[in-house]
Amino acid sequence: MSERPDFSAFPDASGHFGPYGGCFVSETLMGALDELKAMYERLKDDPQFRADFDYDLAHYVGRPSPLYLAERWSKQVGGANIWLKREDLNHTGAHKVNNTIGQALLAKHMGKPRVIAETGAGQHGVATATVAARLGLKCQVYMGAEDVQRQKLNVYRMKLLGAEVIPVTSGSKTLKDAMNEAMRDWVTNVDDTFYIIGTVAGPHPYPQLVRDFQCIIGREAREQSLKQAGKLPDALVACVGGGSNAIGLFHPFLNDDGVAMYGVEAAGDGIDTGRHAAPLSAGRPGVLHGNRTYLMEDDNGQIIETHSVSAGLDYPGVGPEHSWLKDVGRVQYVAADDQEALSAFRELTRVEGIMPALESSHALAYAKKLAATMSPDQNIVVNLSGRGDKDILTVADIDGIEF
Amino acid sequence: MRRIERCFERLASENRKALIPFVTAGDPQKEVTVPLMHDMVKAGADIIELGVPFSDPMADGPVIQLACERALAHNTSTRDILDMVKAFRQTDSETPVVLMGYLNPVEVMGYEAFARAAADAGVDGVLLVDLPPEEALEVKPVMDANGLDIIFLVAPTTSDARIKLIGEAGSGYLYYVSLKGVTGSAALNVDEVASRVETIRNLAKLPIGVGFGIKDAESAQAVSRVADGVVVGSALVNQIDKFQKEPAAISGAIGDILSAMRTAMDT
Repeated sequence: MSERPDFSAFPDASGHFGPYGGCFVSETLMGALDELKAMYERLKDDPQFRADFDYDLAHYVGRPSPLYLAERWSKQVGGANIWLKREDLNHTGAHKVNNTIGQALLAKHMGKPRVIAETGAGQHGVATATVAARLGLKCQVYMGAEDVQRQKLNVYRMKLLGAEVIPVTSGSKTLKDAMNEAMRDWVTNVDDTFYIIGTVAGPHPYPQLVRDFQCIIGREAREQSLKQAGKLPDALVACVGGGSNAIGLFHPFLNDDGVAMYGVEAAGDGIDTGRHAAPLSAGRPGVLHGNRTYLMEDDNGQIIETHSVSAGLDYPGVGPEHSWLKDVGRVQYVAADDQEALSAFRELTRVEGIMPALESSHALAYAKKLAATMSPDQNIVVNLSGRGDKDILTVADIDGIEF
Repeated sequence: MRRIERCFERLASENRKALIPFVTAGDPQKEVTVPLMHDMVKAGADIIELGVPFSDPMADGPVIQLACERALAHNTSTRDILDMVKAFRQTDSETPVVLMGYLNPVEVMGYEAFARAAADAGVDGVLLVDLPPEEALEVKPVMDANGLDIIFLVAPTTSDARIKLIGEAGSGYLYYVSLKGVTGSAALNVDEVASRVETIRNLAKLPIGVGFGIKDAESAQAVSRVADGVVVGSALVNQIDKFQKEPAAISGAIGDILSAMRTAMDT
């Protein structure tokens, strides 16, 4: 890269990151997206809005989240120091709440009494139901029927919070189908409903505003690194499904040339088996869910089913900014399979007493490999995007344990 | 003159309105589609909208979703659909055919390759529901160069400024989506449609087809009094669903609905 773009200047005015992103939706939604864009443009630098957001992050979410040096694990791996950005310690147990706080504030400003969301692992659904409970908004969450089965605990959490969980039985019955159904709901109820998208995908301005709300992760990590390690990290590692925790960590470092970045996709049974969820590693550009991005599709442009032990990474697309960061070479996208993720899940739990989400375990699996190739004076920051409590039943099932 | 423009001119001179049926290609089987297209013309169709199935039809209700699933169960591809249009054209050189669907199955072929193959097969226009004019800057000249009309949607939520923009970007006709929702939603409100169509007419020059919520002869007649074309989809696809195990009965069932609409629209 001889001419590095100024990464802070994207998306452009029409919502594109190079050839990616954009606004590919049916005409009925164009007005609502224009309205959202205008509202966000007006509020994003508004001191009162920023202050409200920061207040909620501090007092409701519990930020800043710590940057923790996993000393024992680093020593065991042998190589670079591995630091964990502890998003698992946020209220509701994952990074997702940073974004739902922000979007719920937007919904409030726009006077929408009802919010809807799609969810895969259930973390975004829980984070949405949580802020809806707090603001007294009516909340309906679309969730693939297969994910409803895999994530029973989160389904019940959402119900306790007062949200209605609607199982989606069309298509592959996972996250992508939940997103289709949420879009259909939105197009029907566009007057009174705010759609809280959970990741950096969807039509413009969603990839931008979700990123902006999640950037708190990287801003804190940057400051904490300088303070605790005395310098910027040498590498950042985060898992990528839609890619919101990864972009949140990466974005504030994109203009720091010395910081390498690795986005870790879900290789499922292995990239070469075709049973995975790694569009950046093995897909190609196309258009789905309102944006142009890398996708998993067949030769006829039909979206193909994905596979991952982690429901939160089980998505055939990825945020458009990641597609662009891949093409310009700023971020390396790699993959970890189910077995590697499970083994990292067990290892961190046993060695550090921290039980990571299966999503985040993909990042840990790659960080372990990467650290071993680096030296003890180097530092890696891994985004520990969520805690693993929700995955206990999945892991128990793999271990053949019934309760 | 292109077929779609010619069709609307002829209808206008006869003081009639266009009846525009929609069916998903390859539903429930590939062999059904071409004979069904001919039978729909016999029953009074003026333009045919042929649905290109997509795995993630996010603007469609359950009826068209299931149609997509049935068509994709035996891998109906965009190339198969172009072959169907080519076969249709062997004995019908006049009825316009519009492919309606989502961008990705077109994009995967490449715009140039798609447009050439579609024009060669005898397709007249494309309507891609997830492609607003702002994102069509690259594909539009390619369609134009191959003589294909690009048909855009106008919604109840579309501002006057956007109606102007869409009117200038599109060709063939404008498709007014009569209600907020997905295909196959509840019945439309005729008075509301009439006032919106009036607004669109003042802002755009193209003929206006109205779709979503037209279920029977009565609603088709009411809409035909204010618009230039009446699009009917889910009501027909429901018949395909009903007779999917008995495909020989599909043409008759759909033909009955269209004939009743035709008669009501022409009186």
